Order: sequence, then C-alpha cells, then structure tokens
Amino acid sequence: MATPQTQQESPPQNRIPKQGQTIQTRRLTKVYPGGTRAVDALDLEIENGEFFGLLGPNGAGKTTTIGMLTTRVVPTSGEMWIAGINVRARQQEVKRIIGVVTQFNTLDRRLTAWENLYHHGRYFGLNRSDSRREATRVLELVRLEERGKSLVDELSGGMQQRLLIGRALVHRPEVLFLDEPTTGIDPQGRLALWDILLQLHREGQTILLTTHYMEEAERLCQRVAIMEHGKILAIGSPEELKGSVGAETIMTLQAEPITPAFIGALKGISGVHSVEEGPRGLQVFAGDSRRLIPQIAETALAQDVELSDISVSTPTLETVFMRLTGRELRD
Amino acid sequence: MTTEAVTLEVRPRYTLPMAFIQPFMAMMERDLRVLRRDLVPFLARTAMQPFLFVLVFTYVQPKIGAGAPGFQDVLVPGLIASTVIFQGIQAVAIPLVMEFSQTREIEDRVMAPLPVWGIAAQKMTFAFLQSLLVVLVVFPLVYIVPVNTPHLHVSPLVLVTIIPLGALLSASMGLLIGTAVNPRQITLVFALIVMPLTFLGAVYYPWSQLEAIRWLQVITLLNPLVYLSEGLRGALTPQYGHMNYVAVYAGLIICCVGCTWGGVRMFEKRVLS
Repeated sequence: MATPQTQQESPPQNRIPKQGQTIQTRRLTKVYPGGTRAVDALDLEIENGEFFGLLGPNGAGKTTTIGMLTTRVVPTSGEMWIAGINVRARQQEVKRIIGVVTQFNTLDRRLTAWENLYHHGRYFGLNRSDSRREATRVLELVRLEERGKSLVDELSGGMQQRLLIGRALVHRPEVLFLDEPTTGIDPQGRLALWDILLQLHREGQTILLTTHYMEEAERLCQRVAIMEHGKILAIGSPEELKGSVGAETIMTLQAEPITPAFIGALKGISGVHSVEEGPRGLQVFAGDSRRLIPQIAETALAQDVELSDISVSTPTLETVFMRLTGRELRD
Repeated sequence: MTTEAVTLEVRPRYTLPMAFIQPFMAMMERDLRVLRRDLVPFLARTAMQPFLFVLVFTYVQPKIGAGAPGFQDVLVPGLIASTVIFQGIQAVAIPLVMEFSQTREIEDRVMAPLPVWGIAAQKMTFAFLQSLLVVLVVFPLVYIVPVNTPHLHVSPLVLVTIIPLGALLSASMGLLIGTAVNPRQITLVFALIVMPLTFLGAVYYPWSQLEAIRWLQVITLLNPLVYLSEGLRGALTPQYGHMNYVAVYAGLIICCVGCTWGGVRMFEKRVLS
C-alpha cells in the first residue's frame, strides 16, 4: 500500500479552510442514537471542479456524509465548509449554493416536468423570467425537452432520474451532490445518465457522488475515496488506487484443498508478488500472467491439489476494496 | 468559529427577512398552481358532505314531514365548523403523510433555503387560506339549501375573529396529524379521529343542551371542534345558546398553540436526523 495516502493524521484543529476548495470537512463525526458510529472523524477535501466519488458498501457512511454536508443530518462533532461557508453555522446560505439528488425520487408528482424545474428555481430565489429560462435550459440538458408538459408519473424511471438531477441544477449550484444516482436504473438509462454527468463535469461542475458500483466510480470520478465503517480507507485517482494493488494481473484459483504448503509453493514461483485467500477463491497477485498459468498448474499437481478453475483479471477498484477490507463491495 | 472571518466569501449574504420571505412565497406560488389546477375536485370534495347533509336533513326531511324544527339553524355553525376542520385533515394531514413516506417530496422541500420550521409554517399558512376558502364555499350551501331559511343573528366581531381562529386550528391540527401518523394508520385517522371529532363536536346539537348528559358534555371539552362550533354558534345563531366566549376563545387559542407547537416539533424531528 504505497501510493495513495491512507487516512491517518488529521489536519491541525484550527487551520483556516483552504481557498479553491469547494468542500472541506474536519474530523466530521456522526454517531446515531443507539451508538452507531456512521461517520468517524472524516477529513475530506474536494477541489473546485472536481468529480469526486465516495465508494463503499451499503452502511459505509456515504449517505450520512452527504446528509451532513447538505444540512439534513446533524453532526455529532467536527466542522465542514462548502465554498468557505461553515455548514453548521450558516445552513440557509449553504442550501442556496448546493444541488442535492437524494437516493429517493422526490419529484413533485403534482407538477409537470417543466414545472418541477421552474418552481425549484423560484424556491432558490430566481425571478419568474430567469426561472422560466433556466427550466427550459435544464430540460434540454437532461434531454427531456420533448417531455416538458408530462406529469412526473408519465415519465419512465430513467427520465425521472434525469429530471431529478436536472432539478438540482436549476439554481446553478457550486456543488452537485448525488447519492447513489443510478441505483435501480436500467443499464441503458445508466449510460445516458453518465453522459450527462460527464458533460457537467467538463463544464466545470463540482460533483460529489456516492456509489457502490465500482464501474461507476472508475468511469466518472477523478478521485475516489474508498469508505468503510465511517472511515476513508484509501483515497486517490482510480489509477492510483488500482496501482496500489502492486500487480498487473490477478489470478483467482478454485483449488481444493488449499494447504499452507500449496500457498508457499505458489509464492515461490518467480513473478508472483503475493498470494491471498479471498472471498472468491485463492488470489495470486503477479506481473505478467501468461507464463504463470502452466507453472501454477504444475505446482498444484506436485502438491496434489485439485485445480478446477483459473481466472485472470486486471486490478479494479473492487480488488482494491477487497484487499483493504477482506470483503467484497457488494454483499 | 474565529477562523470564519478569514474565509473566502463567494456569495452575497442574503439578509433577513427577504431570505425567508422569498422561498416562502415561492412555495405559496407552487401550492396555488396546484390548487388552481385541482379547483374542481377541491370544491367537490369540500362541498359534497355538507351539501348532502343539509339536503337530507333540512330539505328532504321537512318535505316528507320528518325532522326536527330549527335543525337548519343548528347546522349552519356546526357544518361550517366541521367542514373547516375536516379540510385541515384532508388537505394537509393526508398529503403530508404521503410526502413523508411514499413520495418523499418533503425531502426535496427541505433542501430549499428555508429553515425547517419555515417549511412547516408555509404549509400551515396555505392550509389556513384554504380553510378560509372553505368557509366561503360551505356558507352559501347551508344557507340556501334548507326549505326553511335559517334564522341568523350575526355578531360581526365574533364572526371575524372566530373564523380565522378556526382556519388556524384546522391548519395546525392538519400539521400535527400529518406529521404524527404513518401511512399504515391513515384509515385509522378517519375511524379514530375524524369520526369522533365530528359526531361529538357540537356540530349537530348545541353544546349547552348536553346538560342532560353531563358526562358527555365534560368529555367533549377535549374535542377542539367543540370550541369552534360553539364560537360560530355564538356568532351566527346565539338564540340556541352557546358556550361562554371566554371558554371558546381560550379553548381555540390553546388548541392552536398546542397543535402548532407539536406539529412543528414533529416536523423537524422527522426531516432531520
């Protein structure tokens, strides 16, 4: 675990929030009544214009983190700033400059798609003509210009999700928060949504996204923080994180029995960096795999181990998560 | 935080009271749009029950030689009061229960730049105005439909103070019930709240005549609708006797304050964690 900085020390307590950073948290902690420590002394810094991802399994504390940053969850301790504004002290000001897409569809069912956008703009202080103009702009942005007059219930799930994101953009927020935006969306809808998000990012929108889909984090985010039990385990670009695995390939073996002698023998093969037992089988981390497969087979034969399958893959964020926690991302 | 003075201010600070009034009024604008769109169902829903009531008891029955004389007078304050209260439950409480659970729309409204209590206050304000509208709808019905036109002795001062208090009571009860009840209990709301409230709310008889059933007279003092019915009775048909005004106003004010306080507290509790 060399390249990405693991979270160990926190910045000094009274440091002034840095300029150029849209989001900053300092030892942010949430303990729910009953004692669940959902977020534990979280230090996070997100730059202007950055597309940042919080990746972790359900219950890792991602939603609670977004909840605190968006004023919905009251922190137990710690501080946070958005665009230099202290979130705890000046909630209404913070609400004006953030756009929030929650995990649930919270569209106004009694209004049409266009009206959802128009009234949202009005809530955020836009005058009537600005709000009309922005509603129409956003409707195009989320590719719903044909469906402006449809009531929410007349739109498909994917369309509603796009409208939900569009609505969060009407007042041109400094930061867009997206909590699991593609959960429950079909693959096609997901791709359409990714396109929109990437376009927003190119236009300079700062985005904080939570997800438990590693493909999503890899595809979209410039930096990813891997979270579990309320803590950040590792943080870096997807490439940095994957590089931290320290192997070009990972071979997963289905073998029986897995004996210490067999593991020892595998470790002895030149080119093998390490061998670990994971939830999916015995994992061999190595450089180039092609020449190794016959050697692994020979080793198994020599050790009287029955080898039923070898699958070869390159490291993913999933691998990173598994190496950090010993668990799979989705369970 | 001492560090805060040094931080970069990216946005102008919105100053009160505009920072509050602006999103508040924007939400009123949204509610008004929805009400305008649903005006016909709104009127039908509001008017049907009192209309059928006066039709059967003050038109049909006298025509067929049944019914009590003077009942049309008793029903004028009673039906206005019960419709106003029912309005609060139907137009505030039930949608609110849905917005908290099924549609989760409330989670979006809470992201608007308004304190949580401000959002609750907006919901109450709109409900208050809707209840005033209900009075305008119901009054002509209960006055025109009966065969024998009701005899009204109007006390203007009492009327113009009781009606807003009644509208406020309706709004605050709606908020309290809407935040306290979960969707599975909605049918129970009708059985356990709406029904006893209206049948024992001095709607169909003057409260003072309950002297004959003393225990019921005392128990129904717990029913907020009693104070509204009796207040309106004093304002419109005092010839049948009515509860002492001090008790009427005190009862209404206590119920309004209690329901508002409880409703706003519950509202905050449900949206913040």
